Amino acid sequence: MEHLLSLFVRAVFIENMALAFFLGMCSFIAISKKIDTAIGLGIAVIVVQTITLPANNLVYTYLLRDGALAWAGLPNVDLSYLSFLTFIGVIAAIVQILEMLLDKYVPALYNALGIFLPLITVNCVIMAGSLFMQERDYNFSESVVYGIGSGASWALAIALLAGIREKLKYSNVPDGLQGLGITFIIIGLMSLGFMSFSGVQL
Amino acid sequence: MAKQATTKEVLLDPIFNNNPITLQILGICSALAVTSNLNTALVMAIALTLVTAFSNLFIAMIRNQIPSSIRMIVQMVIIASLVIVVDQVLRAYAFSLAKQLSVFVGLIITNCIVMGRAEAFAMQNPPLLSFWDGIGNGLGYSLLLIALGVVRELFGAGKLLGIEILPLVKDGGWYEPNGLLLLPPSAFFLIGLFIWGLRMWKKDQQEPALFKLAPQVKED
Repeated sequence: MEHLLSLFVRAVFIENMALAFFLGMCSFIAISKKIDTAIGLGIAVIVVQTITLPANNLVYTYLLRDGALAWAGLPNVDLSYLSFLTFIGVIAAIVQILEMLLDKYVPALYNALGIFLPLITVNCVIMAGSLFMQERDYNFSESVVYGIGSGASWALAIALLAGIREKLKYSNVPDGLQGLGITFIIIGLMSLGFMSFSGVQL
Repeated sequence: MAKQATTKEVLLDPIFNNNPITLQILGICSALAVTSNLNTALVMAIALTLVTAFSNLFIAMIRNQIPSSIRMIVQMVIIASLVIVVDQVLRAYAFSLAKQLSVFVGLIITNCIVMGRAEAFAMQNPPLLSFWDGIGNGLGYSLLLIALGVVRELFGAGKLLGIEILPLVKDGGWYEPNGLLLLPPSAFFLIGLFIWGLRMWKKDQQEPALFKLAPQVKED
C-alpha cells in the first residue's frame, strides 16, 4: 500500500508528465488559453489514462510479453515488438468506445468532454504512459495507480499554466516574444519550480 | 490547394518560414527530453525525418483508396509500422542509444508532425511531392533539435558528441559547466529564446497582443 502511495506521489509531482518529460506539449500549449477548457481537457486525460493504462497492461502481460502466450500453447513466442502498434490501437479503440458510451448514457459529460476526446488519441501523454509501464515492468495494481497519477500530473500542470496565461494577457511582453515564446519561458519556470519536489520520499 | 507547390518550396519552406515547431506548434512533445546531448538529438532528428518522409509517401500513394471515415486509423497503422522498423533497427545496431532514447522512439507515433503532415499534406498531394514535404518538415524539426543539442551539450558539459571542446575546471581546464543546461527547464528557455530570435528576424510571424497597455499619461 505504501509502495503504491509513493508511486502515486512520484508520478504526480516528481515525474510530472508535462514539466519533467515534456509530454503532451502540443495540446498543453494549444489548449491552455482558458482555465475552463484546460480543466476539461485535464479531466478527460485523467479518465482516458486511468482506463487505457491497465487495459494495455493486461494486453501486454497476457498477449505480447516474452512467453506470455504460454496459455495458448506457444511458450516461445515473443510479440513485444508489436507493442507500439497494439498500444496505439487499444488507445484509439478505447477513446472511440468511451466517446460513444458517453454520448449515449451521460450526455452532460459528453457535452463537456466531447470535443477533447478525439484529440486525446494522439496526445503523447497517453501513449507515453503505456510505454513507461512496459519499460518499468509495472504489475496490474501499479499500472492503475500510475495511470491515475500520471493523468493527474498532466491535468495539474495544464490547469496551472492556463491560470498564469489568463493573467498574462494584460502584461506588456516584447513583440517577438508575444504568444508562443513567452509561454515556453513560463513553462520553463514552472518546470524549475516542480524540480524542487525531486528527492521528496514517502 | 489551388496551386501545386514546387519541390523546392515544399522542401525549404518548413525550415525557417513555416517551421513546424516555432510556428505550427507541432511536435514539441516527445523530442525535448532527448536534446541534452547532441548524439541522441541527431539520432532522434534522423529517425523523425525518415518516418515523416516515408509515412507521407505511403499515405499519398494510397490516398485515393482510403475511406475518409477510417483514415485516422489507416494513417496510425502506417506510422506505427514505420516506427517499429526504426525501433528494431536502433535496437539491433545501436543498443545503448536505443536505451537512452527509451520511450521517445515509440513516441514518434504520437508526434504531431508526422500525423499533422499526413493529414494536411499527404492526403491531397502526389507521392513524390509528399515525400519531399516530409523531408522538409523533418529538417525544420531537426534544425531546432540539433541547435538545442549543441547549446546544451557544449555549455552544459563542455563536450560535443562526447569529444571535449571546452576543458572543464575539474579536469584542470578553465570552463565551469552550467549544470542548469542539462536539466529539463533549460530546453524550454532555449526554445523560447529561439522563437524570439526567429520572430525578430521574420516579423510577419509575430502574434498580435490581445490587449495593449495605454501609454502612460501624466495627470495634471
